[in-house]
Amino acid sequence: MREVLNARRLLCPLPVIRTQDKVKQLQPGDQLEVICTDPGVMQDIPAWCRINGHKVLESSSGGHEYIIVLEVGG
Amino acid sequence: MLAAKTVMEQGVHVEGINFFTGFCVEGHTHGIRERDKAKPKRNNSLWVAEQLGIKLHIVDVIEEYKKVLINPKHGYGANMNPCLDCKIFMVSKAKQWIVENNFDFIITGEVIGQRPMSQRKATMPIVAKESGADDLLLRPLCAKNLPATLPEREGWVDREKLHDITGRSRKPQMAMAEKFGIDDYAQPAGGCCFLTDKSYSAKLVDLWKARDSKDYELDDVMLLKVGRHIRPKAHFKMIVAREEGEGRFMQGYKRDYISMLCTSHSGPLVLLDGSPSAEDLYLAASITARYGQGRDAEQVDMAIMEKDGSERTIQVKPLAVDKLPEEWLI
Repeated sequence: MREVLNARRLLCPLPVIRTQDKVKQLQPGDQLEVICTDPGVMQDIPAWCRINGHKVLESSSGGHEYIIVLEVGG
Repeated sequence: MLAAKTVMEQGVHVEGINFFTGFCVEGHTHGIRERDKAKPKRNNSLWVAEQLGIKLHIVDVIEEYKKVLINPKHGYGANMNPCLDCKIFMVSKAKQWIVENNFDFIITGEVIGQRPMSQRKATMPIVAKESGADDLLLRPLCAKNLPATLPEREGWVDREKLHDITGRSRKPQMAMAEKFGIDDYAQPAGGCCFLTDKSYSAKLVDLWKARDSKDYELDDVMLLKVGRHIRPKAHFKMIVAREEGEGRFMQGYKRDYISMLCTSHSGPLVLLDGSPSAEDLYLAASITARYGQGRDAEQVDMAIMEKDGSERTIQVKPLAVDKLPEEWLI
């Protein structure tokens, strides 16, 4: 399953908090696409994933938006 | 970081909790201002957790924190910082968290005498008692100067391997960091909270005074971090973007505030908070023009955008640079 989280306009650490809360509702192996406008997420969400056992599959930016796709860990 | 490391060295499983109040300085100007984007950025709590190899739980306490800030039992510090009440609140939330998540006790990095308001010998028992954590609250860096807590009495941690640091100097912590092989660490010392900032506190007090209420929303807190704040009259305030990044961030608030932008010359986006009259809008437009490239023009075109998206343009003469009263600047 793949879900999308709109974290536009939120400043760090709110996109991380919203990601954390959303991931709690997902199952291992599920994917979550997080769309943000704070460039800080490019460091913060991967760091959060590393310490909590999730995997970043893709990260990209364009048009002042930053997108991270992660896979929920077990 | 050192407190966690001290306890982890004894084989104790530690996880981190970071509370987000809305006033955390953490990276927000990096997220807004164009000029700050080139600076290296990291979230210190995430970074510390990664260095320690522990999980970190970031908890949104924005709503609950309002009662701490609005009516602090122990008062404010030099600015609008309710440090002691804040610490009591966070330890009480940590107590709630450990109960819900089956953890045994709480550790903090507090040191007796480190901070003038919240980290004194007299405040240590106040934090433990009023938070409800009582003797489940262990301060590994100064534990030997305090009565033994439950984890020490029960032998979950060895009190002899804890520390007895006191005072404002951070040299003992720096020596300990070196011993642990830690050569990079955050140095907050009050700089991690906007409420310790004089300018930010003045804007918050102005907001409360203008609304005749101490309440606030997250958007208020965020916008106090952005732009020049100018209050020409008691019933309305202007927020003037200082650069492109701020302007882009403020664009997101155009449905919540009346906004202005000069269309004949380049200039900043401006948000108006309050209930300005038609006459006030003209004044605000002339002030807005003063901050744009048309500041020396006889007349400029100013677009006024209402919250519903409707737009009209008026012609105004920019306010002369020396005609903006100092007391309007917040």
